[in-house]
Amino acid sequence: MTTAPARPAARVRDLVKTYGTGQARVRALDGVSVDLAAGEFTAVMGPSGSGKSTLMHCCAGLDTADSGSVLVGETELSTLKDKALTRLRRDRIGFVFQSFNLVPTLTAGENILLPLAIAGRRPDPELYDRVIETVGLAPRLGHKPSELSGGQQQRVAVARALVSRPEIVFADEPTGNLDSQSGAEVLSLLRRSADDGQTIVMVTHDPVAAAYTDRVVFLTDGKVTDDLRDPDRDQVLEIMARTSAASAHVAPGAAEAQGA
Amino acid sequence: MFRAAWKSLLGRKLRLLMSTFAIVLGVAFVAGSLMFSDTLQRSFTALFSSTVGDVVVRPTSGTSFGAVDGSTRSVPASLVDEIAEVDGVARVDGKVSAPGVFVVDTDGKVVGGQGAPGLALGYDEAPIAGGGEGLRVVEGSPPTRAGEIALDEATAERAGYEVGDEVTLVSPVAEGELTQRLVGVSAFAGGASLNGATITVFDMATAQSVFLGGTDAFTDIWVSAEPGVSQAELRDAVAPLLPDGVEAVTGDDAAEEGASLLLEAISFLTTFLLIFAGIALVVGGFLIVNTFSILVAQRSRELALLRALGASQRQVVRSVQFEALVLGLLGSTLGLGLGVLLAMGIRALFANFGLDLGGQSLVLEPRTVLAAYGVGVLVTMAAAWGPARRTSRIAPVQALRDDVALPETTIRRRLLAGVGLIAVGAGAMAYGLLATPPRIAWWVGLGVLAVLLGVAAAAPVIARPFLAGAHALFRRLFGTVGNLAGLNALRNPRRTTATASALMIGLALASTMAILGDSAKASVDQTIDESFPGDFLVSNQIGQGFSTGIADRMREVDGVSALAALRYGIVEVDGDPRGLAAADLAEVDRVVEVDVVEGEAADLVDGTVMVDADYAEDNDVTVGDGLTIGTVGGEVDYEVVAVYEPNPVIGFALLTTVPTLLEAGYLDVDNTLVIDADAASPGGLAGVEDRLDAVVGDNPLVTVKDQAAYADEQREPIDQLILIIFALLGLALVIAVLGIVNTLALSIIERTREVGLLRAVGLGRGQLRVMITLESVVIAVLGAVLGLLLGLVFGVALLRSLRDEGLEVISVPVGQLALFLGLSLVIGVLAAVLPARRAARLDVLAAVSAE
Repeated sequence: MTTAPARPAARVRDLVKTYGTGQARVRALDGVSVDLAAGEFTAVMGPSGSGKSTLMHCCAGLDTADSGSVLVGETELSTLKDKALTRLRRDRIGFVFQSFNLVPTLTAGENILLPLAIAGRRPDPELYDRVIETVGLAPRLGHKPSELSGGQQQRVAVARALVSRPEIVFADEPTGNLDSQSGAEVLSLLRRSADDGQTIVMVTHDPVAAAYTDRVVFLTDGKVTDDLRDPDRDQVLEIMARTSAASAHVAPGAAEAQGA
Repeated sequence: MFRAAWKSLLGRKLRLLMSTFAIVLGVAFVAGSLMFSDTLQRSFTALFSSTVGDVVVRPTSGTSFGAVDGSTRSVPASLVDEIAEVDGVARVDGKVSAPGVFVVDTDGKVVGGQGAPGLALGYDEAPIAGGGEGLRVVEGSPPTRAGEIALDEATAERAGYEVGDEVTLVSPVAEGELTQRLVGVSAFAGGASLNGATITVFDMATAQSVFLGGTDAFTDIWVSAEPGVSQAELRDAVAPLLPDGVEAVTGDDAAEEGASLLLEAISFLTTFLLIFAGIALVVGGFLIVNTFSILVAQRSRELALLRALGASQRQVVRSVQFEALVLGLLGSTLGLGLGVLLAMGIRALFANFGLDLGGQSLVLEPRTVLAAYGVGVLVTMAAAWGPARRTSRIAPVQALRDDVALPETTIRRRLLAGVGLIAVGAGAMAYGLLATPPRIAWWVGLGVLAVLLGVAAAAPVIARPFLAGAHALFRRLFGTVGNLAGLNALRNPRRTTATASALMIGLALASTMAILGDSAKASVDQTIDESFPGDFLVSNQIGQGFSTGIADRMREVDGVSALAALRYGIVEVDGDPRGLAAADLAEVDRVVEVDVVEGEAADLVDGTVMVDADYAEDNDVTVGDGLTIGTVGGEVDYEVVAVYEPNPVIGFALLTTVPTLLEAGYLDVDNTLVIDADAASPGGLAGVEDRLDAVVGDNPLVTVKDQAAYADEQREPIDQLILIIFALLGLALVIAVLGIVNTLALSIIERTREVGLLRAVGLGRGQLRVMITLESVVIAVLGAVLGLLLGLVFGVALLRSLRDEGLEVISVPVGQLALFLGLSLVIGVLAAVLPARRAARLDVLAAVSAE
C-alpha cells in the first residue's frame, strides 16, 4: 500500500475567496488549483496570510469559496447546503484541530467514537482496535480530556479522525501546541496512517512536520507557488526563506485574522 | 478601573438586561403595590373627610368598628336645637344614613355590593368639616318628597339610569324592591370619589320614616364651627349637652377612624402584593447570582489580565460590584416605571371588582421611589456579592493560561449550608405552626423562604441522582445527542440547579396553593355534606340581612315542614369581632336538635347568652359567668346560661334571643333561613323550591339554595382567590423561564468552541437544537420536581397545622400537579428555542476558532 494511486481524493480548481471590502479587501485564495492524491500525506505550507488555512477549510466543507470548485471524491462542495455539508463532514471527512479537539464532557473513548455516534453508526471493530492500538491510548480511554496531556489529547483527536475511515483527514497545525516529543508522536501516527492508505492533508508552518509528508504545497498570497515531492527539512526551509522574502511587502496578518 | 467595568457592561447589554428583568419585575411589584396603597389611602382619606362635619354627634358604639351593618340607635332631633345655642356653633344639621341600600340596574343586577357599601342618606345641605360643600346635587334637583331619590354620579352611570327614570332599590328593611323616581344626580363638591360605594339620597322625612321607623331622630348630627373655633374646642363645648349613649367627636377623628377601618380591611391587598414582590425578588436574586457567576467565569481571563496589569484584588472585586450597582440602578428605574403601569393595572382591575377609585390620580410618594431603588440595588448587589468575591481569587498568571477555571466553593460546604438552612427553616415553620406565636405568618413565611434557599443551596448534591437519571434516560432515548445533553446538565450542577431553583420556588408556591385550595374546597364540601342543615337555605348574597316578612311568608308555604330564622350581629368580644347569633331555640330544634351539654336551654331569656362548647373550652367560660360584649349600642354584660354543642343551624359560638339583639341596637332583619321541606308535598322538593323562590320574588339579593347550590357558592371565592394567586405566581414562572433562557444562552456562548467542534465533526443543526432543548428540559423538569415535592411538604404541613381552623381534609390535586409537571416540560422546550436557534446559527469556522 505504499504506492500512491493516481486517483485524486480531492480536486481544487480556480478557487477564489476574498475577505473584507474596499481598502481592507484581501484575496485569501487567488485562483488556487491543486489535486490532492488519495492515500497521500500532503502538507500545505505558507507564511501567515498565504491562505493555507482558508484552502483547508474550503476543502473540508467548513467554509465556502467565492468561485471555483472543490470536489471531494465526486461531490462538488460549492453547491451543497449546510445539511449536506454537515453530513459530508460527519461521514467523509476527519478533523484534527490545533487545540480544543475534544468535547470536555466525554471520555477519550467517547470522543473517538463521536462522529460515528452522531451518525448513529457502529465502528468497524477491527479498525477501531487497530486505531486504538496505533495511538497507544488503550489504558486511557475512560479518562476525560482534562485528565490527559496535550499530546495524548491530540492523539485522541487523530484517532477520532481515523476511526470513521474518512476519505480525507484534515489536520490544522496539529502539533502547534505541543512540545517536540509529543509532536513527533502525533506526526508518526499520521505518517503510519498515510502508509496504510489514509489520505491526509495537514496545514503547518513547521518544516520538521512537513518533512513527515509525501508532498508539500506552498501557498503565497493566495496562489500556489511551489509543489515539492518527498520533501526534507532543508528543502522546505529553503523555499520558506524564499517565499517569506518575496511576500515581505504584503501586510501580514490581515488574511490570517480572518482565516486562521 | 471603573471605566473598564463600564465598558464591560456596555459590551454585554442584552445578557445583563435579561438578568435585570427579574429585578425589574420585583421592583415593579414593590413600587406598584406601594403606589396603589398610597392612592387608595389618599382616595379614602379624601372620601371620608367629605363625609364629616367639624364635629360629629353620634350614638356611642360598643365596638371599635362601629355599626357596619347598621344600627337602630339614633340621636333625638331635639338635640339639634340645643346644640345650636352653644357658643361657637355656626350651624347644626341632623343627618340620616343607613347601610345596605343598593341599586338594581336596568338589567336586574345589583350594582356594587362586592364589599363597597350602599348608603341611603337623608337630603341636607350641611357643610363638611372646614366649611366646604359636601354632597350636592349636580344634575336635576334634590329629592323633596317620598318616591323621589338622587343617586351618586358613578352609580347612576353604572346602572344606566337617567334623571326621570324609575329606579329599583333593594334594602334590608324593605321586603321586596322599592321603586323610586330619579330626580337628581349627586357628587362630592370636593371631587372625592366614592370608590365604588353607592349613595342613594332620599328627602329627610322619607329617610327618617323608612330607616328610623318614623321617629323624630337622626342617626348623627353635624355641628359646624364659627370662624376661629377649632374642632376640639367645638367638641368640648358640645359634649356637656349630650345624653348618655351619645358622643361628640371631631370631624378629623371621625374621618380618620372611618378611613383607617376601611384601609385596614383592605390592607391585606398590599401585603399580598408585597409578598409577591418578595417572591419575584428572591427568584430574581437566583438569576442574578447565576448570571454573575457565569459572566465572571467567562471573563476570568480578562480579569486576570487586569490583575497582571497591576489591578489589586480589591479593584477587581470592586469593578464587578460596580457592574452590579449599575445593573441594580437600571433595574430599579425600569421597575419603577413598570410599577406605575402595574398600579394602573391594579386600579383598573379593582374598578372591575367594584372598588372604583375614579378620578384619584396615582400617588407617587418619595418613600416608594426610595423603596424601589433600595430593594432593587440591594438585591442585585447582594446576589452579585458571592461571584464578585470569587474574582479576588483569580491569580494574575491565569491571564497567560489557556483555560482558566474560576475557583468555586466546595460542594460540601454548600451542602452543609443548605442542610443548615433547611433545618432552620423547618424549625421556624414548625415553631410558627405548632406553637402559634404572635406573628405566625412571619415565622412560617421566613421558614418557607429558608427551606427554599436551603434546598437551592443543597440542590447540586440533592439533584445529582436526578441529573444522572435524566442523562441515562436521554442517552437511551436520544443516543449521542441525549448523552451530550445529559452530560452538559451534569457538567456544572451548580449552574443547572441554580437555574432550576428559580422555577422551583414558583412551582413550590403554586403547588402549595393548589393543595391548600383543593383541600379547602374538599373541607367545604365535607362540612356542607356533614352539616348542611335542612333542605334549603335562604340568605342574602352580600351577607346582609333581609326583611323578616320573608320568613313569615315562607312559613306558610306548602311543603315547608320546619323553618328556623337566624340573625346575627357583629359584636366585639375581647377585642375580636365575632358574630352574636339570635334565634328562636324551639324553631332551631325542629330543624337540627340543639344539644345542650351544660346548663338549661330553657334558661335562655332576654339578656342572657349561650356559648358553644368549643368557645367555652377555648375561653374558659362556664355557666354562670358574665360575658362583656361590645354591641353597636354600647358594651353590655350578659350572663352565660348554657353551653351547647356546635350546631350547623346556629353557626356561631354565641347565641342569644331575638329581643336581646334588637335591644342591643341591631336592625330587625333575618340573615339566614334554614328550611326543612316535605318531599311528599306537591311537586316534591323542586316544587317547594319553586314556591320559596316565588316568595323571594324579584329581590335579586335574597336567594333560595339547596345543598349543591350552597356548596358552589361557598367554593366560588376559594376558586377566585386561587386563580388570582396563580396569575401572580405565573409572573414568578415567567422570571424563571427567562432565567433558563439566560443561563442557556450564556452557557452556549461559553461553549462556542465546543459547539463549533461538534458541528465540525458532523453534528447537524437539528441535532444541536435537540441537544440544547434537552438541556433546557432537564433544568425545567428538575425545578418542577423539586418544586412539586416542596409544595407537597409545605401544603401538608400547613394543612396539618390548620386542622383546628376547619380545614380537616387533606386533598392533593394530582391532576393539577401533573399539569404543572407537564407545563414545566413545555417551559423547558420553549426556553430553549432562542438559545438553540442561536447556537445552530453559529458559523462553524468562527466557533471552532473562537477564543
